Parts: sequence; structure tokens; C-alpha cells
Amino acid sequence: MQFAMLIYESPEAFAARKSDGTDAYTGAWRAYHKALVEAGMFVGGDPLQVPDTGTTIRIKDGKRHVQDGPYADAKEQLGGFTILEAPSLDAALEWAARCPAASYGAVEVRPLAPDLKRRIVD
Amino acid sequence: MTGTGLEVSHRTVERVARESYGRLVAYLSVHTRDLASAEDALSEALVKALTAWPRDGVPQNPEAWLLTTARHSIIDAVRHQRVVAENEPTLQLLKEDSMDTAFASQFPDERLKLLFVCAHPAIDPNMHTPLMLQTVLGLDAARIAGAFLISPKTMGQRLVRAKTKIRDGGIRFEVPEQRDLPERLDAVLEAIYAGFGIGWDDMAGVENRGQNLAEEAIWLARVLLQLLPDEPEVCGLLALMLHCEARRPARRGPDGRYIPLSEQDPKLWSVSLIEEAERHLAEASTHRRPGRFQLEAAIQSVHAERARSGRIEWTAVTQFYEELLRVSPTIGTKTGYAAAVAEAMGPEKGLAVLNSITVDAVSSYQPYWAVRAHLLRRLGKVAESLDAYDRAIGLTEDPSVREFLLQKRS
Repeated sequence: MQFAMLIYESPEAFAARKSDGTDAYTGAWRAYHKALVEAGMFVGGDPLQVPDTGTTIRIKDGKRHVQDGPYADAKEQLGGFTILEAPSLDAALEWAARCPAASYGAVEVRPLAPDLKRRIVD
Repeated sequence: MTGTGLEVSHRTVERVARESYGRLVAYLSVHTRDLASAEDALSEALVKALTAWPRDGVPQNPEAWLLTTARHSIIDAVRHQRVVAENEPTLQLLKEDSMDTAFASQFPDERLKLLFVCAHPAIDPNMHTPLMLQTVLGLDAARIAGAFLISPKTMGQRLVRAKTKIRDGGIRFEVPEQRDLPERLDAVLEAIYAGFGIGWDDMAGVENRGQNLAEEAIWLARVLLQLLPDEPEVCGLLALMLHCEARRPARRGPDGRYIPLSEQDPKLWSVSLIEEAERHLAEASTHRRPGRFQLEAAIQSVHAERARSGRIEWTAVTQFYEELLRVSPTIGTKTGYAAAVAEAMGPEKGLAVLNSITVDAVSSYQPYWAVRAHLLRRLGKVAESLDAYDRAIGLTEDPSVREFLLQKRS
């Protein structure tokens, strides 16, 4: 079964990315990624640029609305996502708990919707 | 009633609920096998107590009051279902001496049967501990869910399913016969230990996944010891948990930093818990029936000895591990053995033990990688060591352990 781990991070965590890659933030993520790959769980995923770089569009009554910044106005923002292959939700949650963001932000685990995908793609 | 009186009765309700919950649930469900109804009835009785006791005063025998009230509500519930005929046996059982408070004050303790039911081979082993925590200690599903990393809704559903199986699946509330006892007792001990949640702690900063239920697990072990005083493994389990619990104050620095066992200040260990652990271990050894938990407790006892001697007898640790491997050859035991061998006979020997474990078995087992990283570092194998540190860090859940390993890596 495939699950998405949606990584929510605080402004402080986004700020911590500005370092040169030898810091604890990057080190923890590098190690976590390696553990996921070595355990055969990692399917895909990417970090996202900081929320300020987002632009949100919606069309209402035929009119385009463009907004600077992310869609939701929340303290913790989507910072990236990982798709993982896990035998069960329980196993996926085990891995989510090990995600560095679980201890400084939040990690939402959601199953992918392959049935819907098939209806869309086929 | 004055504010203080109200507080007193609230505190009494809490205290009685804490101390008598399991006894009451066990007694109310022993014949009906219906844990869910017993729990519902008891929580209703507790709610009633919160209004009645401040108003009328705390009854002389609060436990008997709760039992009688809960029993009435079970009878009402059964009547309400209008299937009285089917439930006649239940009603009969519940009606017997239902008003006899003298009986209620000394109703038999059926918790041992309840513990064996919770860890019955027909029940999913993953649900043994949650069932015990809920039915014997009265913990709510949300709290248990958090500790076991399952959503509260799912945990609630799984508990309901397990209880339905107990009620409808012909699982009897009984203490197993002597010939089945060792195996059945193992399942009970395993379940209590799973609630404790701390495997073992060592020099390399292994995952120390506190499930925040350590106190509850110790409570369960104490109950079990009271009910089965002549089983050495029960003493062993309690001794093991008390040794680990004794070190709790030393396991974190003032800044929240993780401190591995070898760097802990023994002055911060709890003397009284260590002494109690030693008493239980000594008591267990008089039976001359060693087992997994006694051996694990013995290993912890050697570590505790550092408080007096200032050093760790690694040869003794290694020998206990060798015996433990014979009865419980898990990857946890092998990893602990490897760490002990490395201390007693050098890192190459320790690494050789680790290399004997199949790699597939440890792909998500953090302690293996933490110990491996530590040993490779000591052998000067820098690149391999960094790789193993990464695996250990990536598998770590506790942020302070992660921080500790990141510092070791750099």
C-alpha cells in the first residue's frame, strides 16, 4: 500500500534550511531518507520551497483570483511530501514517527487513492 | 456539602477507580465474559458516584457501592434489550447476592483470569497490552492509541473487536492448568513488558521508545506478583522494569539531552527502586528456574552495581546474554550481546556478533545500527561508521536521541 507523508513545518524549521548542509536539520533528514531507502519504503517525494514562494490561484464567477503565499493561513505549513510503500497504516505510522518533522512540526499520513487514479488515468 | 468535602469525594472516586477498576471489571465479567458491558456499567457507576458521594457522603465501602450500582445497571441494560429469555443465565448470575453488601466487600479477585483472557492465544498479540491497560487499569482508548502509535478511532475499533471475540468466541475466564501455565504466563508477561516499552539502554544511544506507560506496566506486574507470588519470571519482570525505572532521572540531562547508560551519573539512580528490584531478583533466584526476564533483570543488576563499584563487570554481562540467547534469541538480545562482547573482548569480536545477524531482519531496527556505528568508529572504519550512524539516526524517533547520535556522528 502506498501512503503520502505530508510534512508540516514551523517558520523556525523553514528558517533552519538556510544553512550550508552540515547542520542538524539537514543531517537528520539525510539520515531519515537513507533509512527509508535502505528499508525499501521510499517511493518518491520532494521538499518544497518556503511557503512565501507559493502563489495561490482560484477562479470564482469567471474571475481570476491570485493570492501571494500558500493557500492555508496556518502557523505550520506544508514543507514537503514523501510517498512510501508500507504493508499497513501501522507500519506507515512507525515511519512517520521517525520523521524529523514529527518532533518539530507534524506529519500527516494519508493513503494514496489508486482507484481514483485509475479512473482518471485510464 | 463544602468545597473540601466535594474534593474529598472526587478524590475518593478517583482513588477507588484507580485501585479497584480491574477487580470490579474482572468480577463483573467473569461469568458473562462481556467486558464491554462490565466497563460501561462501571463507568456509569463512577459517574453516579460523582454526584451521590458529595451529596450523601462517601459510603463506608466505596468498592461495594460501585459493584452494586454497576450490577444494577447491567441488569437494567439486559432487561432493556427485551431478550430476557436469552439472557436469563446472565441475569441469574448477576442477581445472586446482588444486594449483599457483606459479600460485595469481599468479592473474589478475578483479575488473574482477566489477565490471562487479555493475553489469550486466540486474541491478536498486538491487542494483548491494550486490552490489559483498558480492562485492568481503565485507561481510555485515546491514551493507549498514542502510546502504540495508532489512531484513537482505530484503537477503539480494535478493542471493541477483541472484546466481542472474548464474549462470543468461547474464551473462558480461567487460570490455565499447570501444564499450560508457563506458555500462557509468558504471553501475559510479554504484554506487560510491551507496555513498559523500554527495551534496553546502552552506550551507543539506542532508541528508547518510552510509551509513557512505564508506571502502568509496573502496576500490572505488581498486581500479577500479588496474584502469582510463586512464579520467578513474574519477579524477574518486575525487577527488570524497576531497574530501568530507577535510572529515569539520570537518562536526561538538565537541558533535556539524552544520556546513555554508560555516561549516567549513578548518584541520580533511585536507590529505593534498585533495592526493591534486587529483592525481587533474589526472591526469584530461590526458585532455581531461570528465565528470560530474570536474565534480563540480572544484566540490569550488573549495570546497577556500578553505583557501588564504579565499574561494569562486562564478562558477567556477556555470560548472562549467552544464557539469554539460549531462551530468547531475538535481534534485540543479539544486539545487546554484541555490545557487551565488544566491551568485554574488543570491538572486532562485537562486530562479528553483529555480522552474524541477517541484514533483512535489522533494516528498521535502530539499536543494531547504533551499536554498529559505535563499534565501526572504534575500529577506525570511518566511512562505514558514518553510514551506520545515518541508518541509526534515520530510524530514531526520540529527538534527543537523534541529537545525541548526530553529535556522535560529527
